[in-house]
Amino acid sequence: MQTPAPFGYERATSVDGAIASLVAHDGDARIIAGGHSLLPMMKLRLANPEHLIDINDLDELSYITETADQIRIGALTRHVELQHSELLARYYPVVGDAEAVIADPVVRNRGTIGGSLCQADAAEDLSAVCSACHAQVVIRGADGERVVGMDEFHLGPYMTVVGDGEMLTEIRLPLRAGGSGMGSAHEKTERRAGDWAIAAASVAVWIDGGTVADIGIALSAVGPTTVHVSRAEELLRGATPSEELFEQARAIASEDCAPTADGRGPVDYKRHLAGVMTQRALRRATARALTQEA
Amino acid sequence: MATTAPNLPSPEQERPIGFGRLKRKEDARFIRGQGTYLDDIRLPGMVHGAILRSPYAHARIVSIDTSEALALPGVAAVVTAKDLETLGLAWMPTISYDTQAVLAGDKVRFQGQEVAFVIATDEYIARDGCALIDVEYEPLPAVVNARKALDPDAPLIRDDKDGQVDNLASPTWEAGDEEATDRVFAEADVVVKRDIIYPRCHPAPLETCGMIADFNPKTGQLDIYNGNQAPNVHRTVYAHVAGLAEHMIRIRCNDIGGGFGNKVPVYPGYVCAIAGSIVAGVPVKWIEDRSENLMSTGFARDYIMHGEICAKDGKITGLRVDVIADHGAFDSTAQPTKFPAGFFHICCGSYDLEAAHVKVKAVYTNKAPGGVAYRCSFRITEAVYLVERMVHALALETGEDEIDLRMRSFIRPEQFPYETTTGWTFDSGNYAETMKVAMEIAGYDELRREQAEKRARGELMGIGVSFFTEGVGAGPRKHMDILGMSMNDGADLRVHPSGKAMVSISAQTQGQGHETTFAQIVAEELGIPPEDIQVRHGDTDRTPYGLGTYGSRSTPVSGAAVAVVSRKLRDKARLIAATMLETRPEDLAWEKGRWFVKGDAEQGALIEEIAAYAYSGAPMPEGLEGGLDSQVIYDPPNLTYPYGAYIAVVDIDPETAQVTVRRFIAVDDCGVRINPMIVDGQIHGGLAEGIGIALMELISFDEEGNCLNSSFMDYLIPTALECPDFELGETVTPCPHHPLGAKGVGESPNVGSPPAIVNAVIDALHQTHGVDHIDMPCTPARVWRAMQGNAEPPQ
Amino acid sequence: MEITITINGTEVSRDVEPRTLLIHFIRDTPGLTGTHWGCDTSNCGACVVLMDGTPIKSCTTLAAMAVGHEIATVESLEVDGRLDPIQQGFHELHALHCGFCTPGMLMTTRALLDENPDPSDHEIRTAISGAICRCTGYKNIVAAVRWAADHEAATKQEAR
Repeated sequence: MQTPAPFGYERATSVDGAIASLVAHDGDARIIAGGHSLLPMMKLRLANPEHLIDINDLDELSYITETADQIRIGALTRHVELQHSELLARYYPVVGDAEAVIADPVVRNRGTIGGSLCQADAAEDLSAVCSACHAQVVIRGADGERVVGMDEFHLGPYMTVVGDGEMLTEIRLPLRAGGSGMGSAHEKTERRAGDWAIAAASVAVWIDGGTVADIGIALSAVGPTTVHVSRAEELLRGATPSEELFEQARAIASEDCAPTADGRGPVDYKRHLAGVMTQRALRRATARALTQEA
Repeated sequence: MATTAPNLPSPEQERPIGFGRLKRKEDARFIRGQGTYLDDIRLPGMVHGAILRSPYAHARIVSIDTSEALALPGVAAVVTAKDLETLGLAWMPTISYDTQAVLAGDKVRFQGQEVAFVIATDEYIARDGCALIDVEYEPLPAVVNARKALDPDAPLIRDDKDGQVDNLASPTWEAGDEEATDRVFAEADVVVKRDIIYPRCHPAPLETCGMIADFNPKTGQLDIYNGNQAPNVHRTVYAHVAGLAEHMIRIRCNDIGGGFGNKVPVYPGYVCAIAGSIVAGVPVKWIEDRSENLMSTGFARDYIMHGEICAKDGKITGLRVDVIADHGAFDSTAQPTKFPAGFFHICCGSYDLEAAHVKVKAVYTNKAPGGVAYRCSFRITEAVYLVERMVHALALETGEDEIDLRMRSFIRPEQFPYETTTGWTFDSGNYAETMKVAMEIAGYDELRREQAEKRARGELMGIGVSFFTEGVGAGPRKHMDILGMSMNDGADLRVHPSGKAMVSISAQTQGQGHETTFAQIVAEELGIPPEDIQVRHGDTDRTPYGLGTYGSRSTPVSGAAVAVVSRKLRDKARLIAATMLETRPEDLAWEKGRWFVKGDAEQGALIEEIAAYAYSGAPMPEGLEGGLDSQVIYDPPNLTYPYGAYIAVVDIDPETAQVTVRRFIAVDDCGVRINPMIVDGQIHGGLAEGIGIALMELISFDEEGNCLNSSFMDYLIPTALECPDFELGETVTPCPHHPLGAKGVGESPNVGSPPAIVNAVIDALHQTHGVDHIDMPCTPARVWRAMQGNAEPPQ
Repeated sequence: MEITITINGTEVSRDVEPRTLLIHFIRDTPGLTGTHWGCDTSNCGACVVLMDGTPIKSCTTLAAMAVGHEIATVESLEVDGRLDPIQQGFHELHALHCGFCTPGMLMTTRALLDENPDPSDHEIRTAISGAICRCTGYKNIVAAVRWAADHEAATKQEAR
């Protein structure tokens, strides 16, 4: 089996301690949680951090809680917990949809949402989920916290705004007060169970009195990072959802993504698939919203 | 007489003495995690090797600087081609009478080729050492497209070979009758042509390849631990290559975590480990990682085929095939010497053709060497894929049901033994009956009705059929040898004074259940319970010579050997029993477990009583030696010809083009079945591999020869979610020349399933999208492209 | 660094590097070579062990990460000479050929039954979708898990 190059290791005992260590190592250290993104890269010697800070003991970062206007998810929350969360199933079934098709059940026992978002693989599903849900993430550094929207979060493939001396600590999903029917869904096509998406789409829609009060549409695996399909959102915002509009949104998604050809597929197929996934996610999200609406 | 199998439960259930559904003896250690696989073995003083491999597909080696690696604490040695040259081991012979570099000296010729061997105190340091070796390369243009390998301007890959002026690895080999075939085609009512590729894939057993070589400089003994499928042949090869005395080499295979043909060749890592141990005088362990396995060990298939099929009066009459075989950078395909294209010429199929003509030539490319692997029965997977795809194409052309076309064209039962147009003599078969059983299990007519209904609703469902006859159990010594060694296998049987027995065989299990099935053969012949029979295998010091397990040859060859040796022993027992019972041998009859006096059943001798007698001081029959044992080397008179009818049902998502195998019906006729549970298990496993090959497995390269599928993230293997609940049926048409009537079955499912699945995909898309051909793997992207009318062959 | 990991109820201490993977720590422990490895990219599942009762891929876990947790390997299934029903089921239904994937499959399905004593075929297939078997085609593995589930249910019934 391939093995990593040597590195230093510590087990963080607090969030601030982990951050202090990051700062002290001045860019040569990486946080490791589940490790199922980072360790394979280290075994292939594609990533060679000099020091790892193991945050698996930081239980204070593992939670899914409801406040008055948000669901807050600790960055260390494991995929399996997100997949089976009743709270998320009620408000954001898009998370459960995505989790069911992220990696495999055993990997999901260890991988975390924080790890997935920070790895920022363009084909990574939770980034699209968070983008569609208008999520915000909390990044803590030595000087305190900052809250960042998903559009700002990704800089490029494997690159986020989390600095060398910072840590992602929390993900926040909005909860709207009263009346609004809320629905969300994630649709993914892959070559085989457990594989990365060839293309995937996340949709979150808030429907008020039959029209779309707000909507988020984001795509995985068809751009250098998550593709936020804002043109399709504009089309649907304020409109009555219809199959005709979903058809138009599908075309926009196909046009506005930027896939590259690789082993999973050529550009034309990926564009087509991005559209299909968007349309299916729109249908399912809307249906869920409408069954919720009072 | 029955004893409970040690360490295994459920004595209440019936345990057959002989053929039947006997649970496996070898399970006892595997379910406890107590198997002994290569990486489980630790020897005192053992060091570890790791291989530095070429990042380039084709490049001159300018320099190799090992100084930094040598300076790393824990690194004992760094071996390069120069060091091996002094031992005469820089190059080694291949099974195809070519040579292969053990470590690259002048050039590297495929990405992943072995360049240096680091020996260190542990595996982690050995790999660290590899990372410190500095190799300067001068990249050269690579030959990646086999179709272009013989272009006049193609770079010369094998400039190491005297007289090699191009990239031809093996000149055109022909079978059949060209003239007769031309005539038949000229007279045909309909002719269909297809370019069909069987892409490169890989057996990828779950346990990678590796070896522990332990040379004792004081005694000159070389002990080798190595999971390989042909230990005796390997021993002979090492004696020849390393100039060692063959009687001082011992190879022990222990438990092997899957072979599927991947563990047949001799790999450079093995030679490095042996050389390392000989020089250092300590055990050297080398185990490859998964990317090394996928990038450098024996791949499978890679046949670019042009097929033509013709019919007259509704019956298939002729077949013409022209093949370019991509053998990679060195020709290390494994097949009997006289058959450089293996058994590909069995592509005449299961049909009563009037004529056929087959041409195969092989080329070198800048890719890993290999080609014959992955349960292929020596290229029969390629052959059946070709003919069954062509039959389907013909049915598409004439607009008829593909089963009707087959039924009309099958070789009929009364025609057996049947001499095919390409030189095979098929032993026995009743093809129509097997096809009918498959149709019944599938509910074929109902499926067609369902398909029509779904099509009307815009849903895409496909039904695909394949019928195969393959030839296994190589082979008769007058026709077949590998590296000059006859393909005969031995069996030694010894019944102990207590009546318990030990049978030593040359077959080499990698999961096929030999410890159980071979005991069952002895049990069937002698009536000794299988739990009282030890099957010894996998140790060249303690087993007879034979060519090992691949090409489904265990049952046809070693199984026959064990039956014959058991009968030989039983005949000796008869003579002894006659003496014990004071009667003549011809007055005795046999029932399982005893010889008894005809007409006086009370008067008999149990086999264990005969054994006790034979070892005692009591008088033996005239001229007969004491003890109760026998020995045989079995020369099969012919191959055996198992066959089967397979039906695949697929659903295709009209928008995403994902293919789901909803049902797979497999009806196999492998003659008499020794253990139906194990036969079914073999079929399940091969069908899963066939699904992988048809839908997702591919070893591909970019223009520069970089391998694009060198991990399990990109070499996709089916999980439990991609495999349906297989539906199996059987017919039993015994093999007339095999002592047990058995034919062997291990590779049949790989042979038969890919064409059934691809035919199903085409069937789903033909009427609605006009698709009449698609190449494997039928990934969503490739299927979608085909639906758009843009089907392209894979890289 | 010196670390101590509890494996099958016993504390195992050894000096390791931070980069030592849990799979190697386990396999370097005498008598514990039952856990296998088959890939480089966390896909094959041959290395699955239980950490605090949950299946994890030990090839993608640092040995250091297992400190303070309970690791259970295939060697822990048989207790006082009695096989676990999941082991029995694999034997009854011929759910193994070469045996290489078997320890990982056994641990994964043992954990499945602990959480879901009556899984459907689809739930079983999903649970083992992170483990590859090249030999069996999975059909008998699914049947073996069903056998074990039924066997355990029957045993519970009898115990009442």
